[in-house]
Amino acid sequence: MSNRGSNYSQPSPSGHFGQHGGRFVAETLIHALDELEALYATAKTDPEFRAELADDLTHYVGRPTPLYFAKRLTAELGGAQVYLKREDLNHTGAHKINNCVGQILLAMRMGKSRVIAETGAGQHGVATATVAARMGLECQVYMGTVDIERQASNVYRMKLLGADVVPVHSGSRTLKDALNEALRDWVTNVDNTHYIIGSVAGPHPYPMIVRDFQSVIGQEARSQCLQQAGRLPDILVACVGGGSNAMGLFYPFVDDVDVRMVGVEAGGLGLATGRHAAPLNDGVVGVLHGNRTYLMEDDDGQIIETHSISAGLDYPGVGPEHSYLKDIGRAEYDAVTDEEAMAGFRLLNRTEGIIPALESSHAIAWVAKHAHDLPEEQIVIVNLSGRGDKDIHTVASIDGITL
Amino acid sequence: MTRISDRLALLRKQTRTALVPFITAGDPNLDVTVPSLHALVRGGADILEIGIPFSDPEADGPVIQAASERALANNVRLADVLDIVAGFRGEDADTPIILMGYLNNVLRMGFTTFTERAAAAGVDGLIMVNLPPEEAGELKRALESRNMDLIFLIAPTTTDERMRLIDRMASGFIYYVSLKGTTGANHISLDSVAENVTRLRQHTQLPLLVGFGIKDGPTARAVAEHADGVVIGAVLVNRMGELADSPDDIPEALYHRLVEIRQALDA
Repeated sequence: MSNRGSNYSQPSPSGHFGQHGGRFVAETLIHALDELEALYATAKTDPEFRAELADDLTHYVGRPTPLYFAKRLTAELGGAQVYLKREDLNHTGAHKINNCVGQILLAMRMGKSRVIAETGAGQHGVATATVAARMGLECQVYMGTVDIERQASNVYRMKLLGADVVPVHSGSRTLKDALNEALRDWVTNVDNTHYIIGSVAGPHPYPMIVRDFQSVIGQEARSQCLQQAGRLPDILVACVGGGSNAMGLFYPFVDDVDVRMVGVEAGGLGLATGRHAAPLNDGVVGVLHGNRTYLMEDDDGQIIETHSISAGLDYPGVGPEHSYLKDIGRAEYDAVTDEEAMAGFRLLNRTEGIIPALESSHAIAWVAKHAHDLPEEQIVIVNLSGRGDKDIHTVASIDGITL
Repeated sequence: MTRISDRLALLRKQTRTALVPFITAGDPNLDVTVPSLHALVRGGADILEIGIPFSDPEADGPVIQAASERALANNVRLADVLDIVAGFRGEDADTPIILMGYLNNVLRMGFTTFTERAAAAGVDGLIMVNLPPEEAGELKRALESRNMDLIFLIAPTTTDERMRLIDRMASGFIYYVSLKGTTGANHISLDSVAENVTRLRQHTQLPLLVGFGIKDGPTARAVAEHADGVVIGAVLVNRMGELADSPDDIPEALYHRLVEIRQALDA
């Protein structure tokens, strides 16, 4: 929620990021989006709201998170200096909580008694269940049955926190279908329910609100880097599914035009196979889940099933601001495969004693591929968006082990 | 004037309530749709609404979702939907046809191409569930150039100010969504419909058709006290789902179901 002078002013008042974004939803939801937009416009400049949010981020979430120089990883890669922004050390184990503590305050101000969320990896579901428990609100989380299976521990965490996890059996039974089902719930219960979208996706004003709440990552990283290294970083790297952790890291650096921003999509089995979740690398512009953005679709405009080893990246769309940053050339978007992500996962286990989420392992994998070719004086900040405890069953099964 | 507004003007003169059945194109296969549409006209349909199958029908309840899935399992494409309309037009040049769906399929075909092909096939109007008026200018201009209506939805949550905005963009008729929910929901409130339709009449001269959650003759009749027409979808599509394994029986079953509703409306 930075108010500094900027050359970059997105989205437009109508919620567009260039040709992307906007508000493509059923008429029933427009009023709720207008209400949320108006409330947020007031809240973001309200000193009381800002103080409450800052206090929660400090004392409940545990911020600031460290910017950690990964010495052994850097030595092993033999190139640029790698710093990790430790979002895995937040309460609940990922960056998702940054947005949830903000949105639950908005829900309370709107007088809603119930919150809903979609989740893929379960981190956003856990974060939503957490803040709902803390505020005493009813909570339902929609989750595809494929993801329920591969993220079982997070499902149980949500239940412990008092949330009702609703299995979604439709379509590909992953994150996109959970989002459809959450939208159906919201259209039905819009009077008493706030929908806490977990990524920088969905209809306006969500991409803006989630970005703003997540931008604490980049604000901290920027000042920490200045303090610890005496200068700005050269490259920012973050994984991109919907893209909230990446947007949170990138946004406060948008005007620092010498800082490269690299988003890493899920390359799945390889871009050439079509079995991936990399719309910015291999998609077309379309409309899904309330906004216009790059999507993975067939030549009839049907959304196609994506594939990623990581549930949190297994999504056919991407936040509209990333699509815009790609179009204007401010950020670049690459992809790494499941296999490369697994290698990145193990590399960080071994060199730094950190078990990253499979999502974040994609960002590690990009650095592992490229750091060697970058000059030693360069500084790379990798967003370590979440911890990997939730993924140990997936990794164990790859290793042929049943826990 | 379009075929839709002509038909609604005629019905108003006759003081007859417009009956608009909805089925999904290609559900459960491509061959059954055209005979089903003719059966619906024989059963008393005044306007036909045909769903374009979409992979992510976020505003639809389980019944219409399942219809989309059955159609997509047969690889039904937007071009097939237009072929269905053209096939129907071979025997019926009069009954107005509206396509209803989500923006992405039309966007992918391209607004200009879609408009040309839809006009050539005999489509009269389009409902895009996830296209509010603020985003609809380009598609509206394209459709207008070929004398097709872009039909907008108004919901119980729509403010008076937005009703006026939508009225300025709309043509043909306004589709009032009877409840907060998805298609086929079970909680229609006749009081709320009456109140909101009355409110809406203050802001538009266009005919008002009401849909979502109308499942039987008595409910249709009660809604018709306030509206110029009713849209019936999930109850028909549900029957099609039940008969998915014997698709030849579908047109006759749809005919009987619609006759019941027509008789209740006209009683």
